[in-house]
Amino acid sequence: MMRPSLLRALIGAVLGFAIGGGSLVLLGGGEMGPGQILGLGYLLALLGFLLGIGAFRFWWAWIAGGEVDPADEHAAHGAAGDWRRYLRFTTDHKVIGIQYLVTAFVLFLVAGLAAMFMRFELAQPGIQVNKDFYNTVMSTHGAMMITVALVSIIGGLGNFLVPLMIGTRDMAFPKANALSYWLLPLALLMVAINPLLGGFDSGWTAYPPLSQQANLGQQAYLMAFITIGVSSILSAINFLVTVFRMRAPGMTLFRMPIFVWAMTVTASLVLIATSVVAAAFTMLLFDRLLGTGFFRPSRGGDVILFQHLFWFYSHPAVYIMAVPGLGAILEIVPVFARKPLFAYPLAVASFIGIGVLSFMVWAHHMFVSGMADAFHIPIMFTTEVISVPTGIVFLSALGTIWLGRIRFATPMLFVFGFLAAFLVGGITGVYLADVPTDIVLSDTYFVVAHFHYTIVGGTIYGLFAGTYYWFPKLTGRMYSEGLGRLHFWWFSLAFHATFLPMFWLGIEGMRRRVADYPAEMGAVNLFVSFAALNIGLAVAVFVVNMVRSWRRGPATVANPWRAQTLEWQLASPPPVDNFEHQPTVSATPYQYGSAAAPSPGHPAP
Amino acid sequence: MTGHVPVLHPEDAVAARRNLLLGVQLGILSEIMLFGALFAAYFVIRGGSPAWPPSGGVDRPELLLPGLNTLLLVSSSVTMQLGVRSAATGKRGMLLRWLALTLVLGGVFIGIQAYEFATNGFGLSDGVFGSTFYTLTGFHGAHVLVGLTLIVIVVNRARLGRIGADRHTAVEAVSYYWHFVDVVWLFLFSTLYVL
Repeated sequence: MMRPSLLRALIGAVLGFAIGGGSLVLLGGGEMGPGQILGLGYLLALLGFLLGIGAFRFWWAWIAGGEVDPADEHAAHGAAGDWRRYLRFTTDHKVIGIQYLVTAFVLFLVAGLAAMFMRFELAQPGIQVNKDFYNTVMSTHGAMMITVALVSIIGGLGNFLVPLMIGTRDMAFPKANALSYWLLPLALLMVAINPLLGGFDSGWTAYPPLSQQANLGQQAYLMAFITIGVSSILSAINFLVTVFRMRAPGMTLFRMPIFVWAMTVTASLVLIATSVVAAAFTMLLFDRLLGTGFFRPSRGGDVILFQHLFWFYSHPAVYIMAVPGLGAILEIVPVFARKPLFAYPLAVASFIGIGVLSFMVWAHHMFVSGMADAFHIPIMFTTEVISVPTGIVFLSALGTIWLGRIRFATPMLFVFGFLAAFLVGGITGVYLADVPTDIVLSDTYFVVAHFHYTIVGGTIYGLFAGTYYWFPKLTGRMYSEGLGRLHFWWFSLAFHATFLPMFWLGIEGMRRRVADYPAEMGAVNLFVSFAALNIGLAVAVFVVNMVRSWRRGPATVANPWRAQTLEWQLASPPPVDNFEHQPTVSATPYQYGSAAAPSPGHPAP
Repeated sequence: MTGHVPVLHPEDAVAARRNLLLGVQLGILSEIMLFGALFAAYFVIRGGSPAWPPSGGVDRPELLLPGLNTLLLVSSSVTMQLGVRSAATGKRGMLLRWLALTLVLGGVFIGIQAYEFATNGFGLSDGVFGSTFYTLTGFHGAHVLVGLTLIVIVVNRARLGRIGADRHTAVEAVSYYWHFVDVVWLFLFSTLYVL
């Protein structure tokens, strides 16, 4: 029998799809539509894929009444220097982190290409290519970028770093950790091939009734997003158990690196919110496939109900995207300002406050939906209140920088880039939180500009900063500082040149999601498209830097930044089993600036 | 370079047990939110409807069989807990008997549920009443089936002597899940059938 491998997983997926879809074709007696066939086919394909990759092989023995073979389990942890472990069901959290990170960046590039196409279509008034195709590309861009923002930092950097930062050998459930990664490839493939299934034009929000009527591509997206949801719930349970149960001796909650706090709050949000959107998408799928009437007014259903359920997840999801970015930023600032993290306990409290409040603001996406008027004022109030903890996190970064001895290396440049972009995002958010202005600005490019300023500003700047900062730890090599700076300046100038004019376009009334606009906006849009092309070129510089440095960059030392968190006390890259001896922790990791301060995180001899 | 196989220490086993139980509790939290969303949809749709069931010749199911099912499922939680107690005190024979009884009670529950589905006289696509009724009870029934499967696995392990007083985490984990499924049914019974 072949060993579990990617090839066998693909064969399993094809076989699963053939069995699932084929049985419906044969047994359904011609009554089964393509939707049902795709539905069952996808489910069994997913199962076949996981079987082929070997995701269940350890559990089979247990289910059959035996015990897991420890030698086999140990082998699945992977051996140092074996690149094939990145293509296998490997349980080492560091391998899984890199799998997530690389997958997220590939997805980022594909979704970025989709954005380039959108700006090509929008460069001139009128239709350049095709309206329907524009809608599909727009929806796909959104769905993919949302996924990037959801999984890149927590799945990539979080998986790699959290066990190292709290001084343990792995996540609490290494096999479930690998499973949560391997749930993704087929789901992402479904999103990527949706144009072949007729595409979808609802955007990632998938509001009915449009999403009930749209093509098979819509269904592909719904199923894929539910799969991604299941994967993130598994991953969230893993993070929470790891953080609460597996910290090294002396690693009290308030000695944890702030990044670990950010991951903990994020994982809690994922755990609580995600099953709500999974339920909403499932009801929508039932409406499409099984004839239910949840969101069909003609059968007594309620369309606005979908929006409530969707945003009950998707507003916390905005913080699921932003909080990891904020955590990475706060982790980096003290190292490059050589000062303790300013107001660390308040920053922790703010993360928790953001988490709690994020469940009370969802309906600010729905001021024009026709929902009950009684919601308007309370939701406006909670939305404005959530800017207080967010502002405290921002001030924590500023307070750390203040009077510090700043090193302007690439990660720190991205911290400054974050401060500029996220500030604009936060201030413009006030106009969308306030009901009177939101009613005017809703569904215009003002909203597009605002959320790109928050998600690119919060998540993507945090992701870039974190990727440069931890690159030596991840790979054992140093990136090119020159290319890093070029990336930062080019990206930042192009980013602001793209999205700042969109505020103006939105105030002028340019509608989002639409392939065309009034002719008098042509000049500004041409400028925006040109600027957007420069974002793409700047990201290409990043890709070249990462690929070249990973292959041929100069070897680096264990702690090139002289940082104090535990991961930097290990070799770069860390050994397969992380800590040879159990480390003991005696202080917070932010004791910068006092000459006598020992590095508090040295593993005990 | 690492050919050695790590040895499982007793303290590792204690940690693994605590980790697993916490993981199951967190998983149940996410399941609560799943059913919470379904219940929310049910209440919003029902609240927006002038009559319940909405007119159209659909009647709510009789209370006799679901009432019996409620008794079955509540008793199965009791037998499950007695099984956990037997496991914790190392009484394998008693554990097997209690779990087998739990299986029977759960199995009869599913059987009655299937009979009810077949004889209700309305279907999934008969308006929002059928949609919410079958989606909620169907999701719950699927959870009962998963629970039964887990109990079968645990029974098999107990039969092979792999469960003892010092290692019965699996029984406990399955019991958490089973009680959760039971509590969901109490909510379903009181809102879908009674209220």
